Amino acid sequence: MKLPVMKIYAIAFLIFLYGPILLLPLFAFNDSTVVAFPLKGFTTQWFRAVWADADLWKAVRNSLFVACTASVLATTLGVFAARASTRYVFPAKGAVMGLIMLPLVLPDMIMAMALLVVLLSLNIELSLVTVILGHVLICTPFAVAMLTSAFQSLDKSLEEAAYDLGEGPISTFYLVILPLVTPGIISALLISFTISLDEFVISNFLGSKDKLLSVYIFGQLRFPKNVPTIMALGALLVALSVILLTLAEYFRRRGIAKTGAKDTGGFV
Amino acid sequence: MTVEKTKLSKPAVLGATMIEFKDVHKYYGDYHALRGINATIRAGEFFSLLGPSGCGKTTLLRTIAGFEGISSGVVLVDDKDMADVPANQRPTNMVFQSYAIFPHLTVEQNVGFGLRKDPRSKEEKASAVDEALAMVGLTGYGKRAAHALSGGQRQRVALARALILKPKVLLLDEPLSALDKKMREQMQVELIRLQRQVGITFVLVTHDQEEALVMSDRIAVMFEGQIAQLDDPETLYRRPKTRAVANFIGTMNFLPATILSEANGKVEAECHGFGHLTLDAETQVMGTPTATGATVGFRPETLTLLFEGQQAADREVMATVEEVVYYGDMTYYDVKLDGTTEVMRLSMRNVFGRPVLDIGTRTRVGWSQGALVMFR
Repeated sequence: MKLPVMKIYAIAFLIFLYGPILLLPLFAFNDSTVVAFPLKGFTTQWFRAVWADADLWKAVRNSLFVACTASVLATTLGVFAARASTRYVFPAKGAVMGLIMLPLVLPDMIMAMALLVVLLSLNIELSLVTVILGHVLICTPFAVAMLTSAFQSLDKSLEEAAYDLGEGPISTFYLVILPLVTPGIISALLISFTISLDEFVISNFLGSKDKLLSVYIFGQLRFPKNVPTIMALGALLVALSVILLTLAEYFRRRGIAKTGAKDTGGFV
Repeated sequence: MTVEKTKLSKPAVLGATMIEFKDVHKYYGDYHALRGINATIRAGEFFSLLGPSGCGKTTLLRTIAGFEGISSGVVLVDDKDMADVPANQRPTNMVFQSYAIFPHLTVEQNVGFGLRKDPRSKEEKASAVDEALAMVGLTGYGKRAAHALSGGQRQRVALARALILKPKVLLLDEPLSALDKKMREQMQVELIRLQRQVGITFVLVTHDQEEALVMSDRIAVMFEGQIAQLDDPETLYRRPKTRAVANFIGTMNFLPATILSEANGKVEAECHGFGHLTLDAETQVMGTPTATGATVGFRPETLTLLFEGQQAADREVMATVEEVVYYGDMTYYDVKLDGTTEVMRLSMRNVFGRPVLDIGTRTRVGWSQGALVMFR
């Protein structure tokens, strides 16, 4: 019998991709400070340790603040960019849109170093604000990608129909355009939030003593006895990310179904 | 092809001028989209703008709606200059090609969309919506989600949504192009009925000549930003002013001819195949005299195959059958008239008991001078 090579390859690929993530919850419940097989016993003590760690909660609060602010800013900018790119023709449109989308492919390291050099030479003190600025830069392309899909599926004659039926530009926006792109806006917010929450390089370079969660986790990994706690925290973060991405995709698809358009974009 | 005006009695009273274009020009950058449009559309008229894609018909319609500004000229609606009137304040409503039904609203929310600023009570508005839905045959559909409707139903919602505002003019941008053939023919008749019922001026944009002929009181045929001819369907079909119009509407055969003399309102000409012709200068001869060279045009149904024992009503000529296309109710023959090299198309209604001729058959063909038009 012939070996199903492609099938085996696909399964191996998925195991290498997602297997390590499955180890997180496994060791998070393992009753041992040593992260190694064989497993000892079942415990929830690492989750209790997560709960009790005050520094950790401070980092969580910082991260949430940065993620919320950055995602709102990135989505707002994304709405403008997506609307402009789908509705208007202007000089150097391709170049402008290309520059907005560039951080998507530019290594975070390069962006982080460049931003750090600029901030230092301008004598701007590093703080959560500088991290937010960096995060907006990398979240905006994702928001634009999500929102362009929403604005593209919006038929131009819908706006004209609203004018034709007596509405002005403002009432047309909140009666017709906003309801139809809201799912796109929500999914852009969610994906920006997730990206900001996970981000490490910029958070580390542009951050101050107010550590973000990703930077805090990286710091804790130096102490072997803290590793299981980090595993527990990691398990929680994986669960949170999966939930947020699922929600984002759900809203994007619902938006497309609502306008009756064909599904052409998206990440999942 | 035969064209019969749908037999629905039509009130002959056509009102005063409703829309007037005075030397309307429109440029998109260097592109001259509308090149001096002059036309009048009367109140209560079913008016069509007909032409190939890119001829400017949709642009002209959108200048009435206010979605397109004009570069120069005047557009009057109900004796009012529309130059400074924005789209949302014009006495016109539009049915869009894509229907532009708001997908996030229900059918009744769509139909009632334009009533938001209407001072009437909620109940009165609701009954107006029901009335509009009944008018387009969608009673009971009010609570449905708009995005779940079929193409034909969306079209009806779009009509109800526009007509509920009782506009002076209803603009229809290729409203039937997205429907299948059966549905399209059904909607054509319904649109005619609806227009009679509400008495509103309808301005329809279409590239389908048959649709325009069936539905319109008058048609403006447009080519390259200009109106080539504005007439009622029958005149357009029987007396096209140019070869381009003749070619766009139905099928027309052409034969070269030489003008011999012109006097007393008669034009004498010599035509290969038909021989000597005497045509009425006013009704049959189009264009201004330039040279003696001219073209004679005639519709396929104005030629008749003559079978044994039949006499030509006017005149006859011998011909050879070159091609036969059988359509069931009709047969199209491509024939060569003796003395010509061009193939002419001829159409015959298939009458019971009469044979369909074979390729190569020699036959007599009857024709009439009165059915000819001459372009020069």
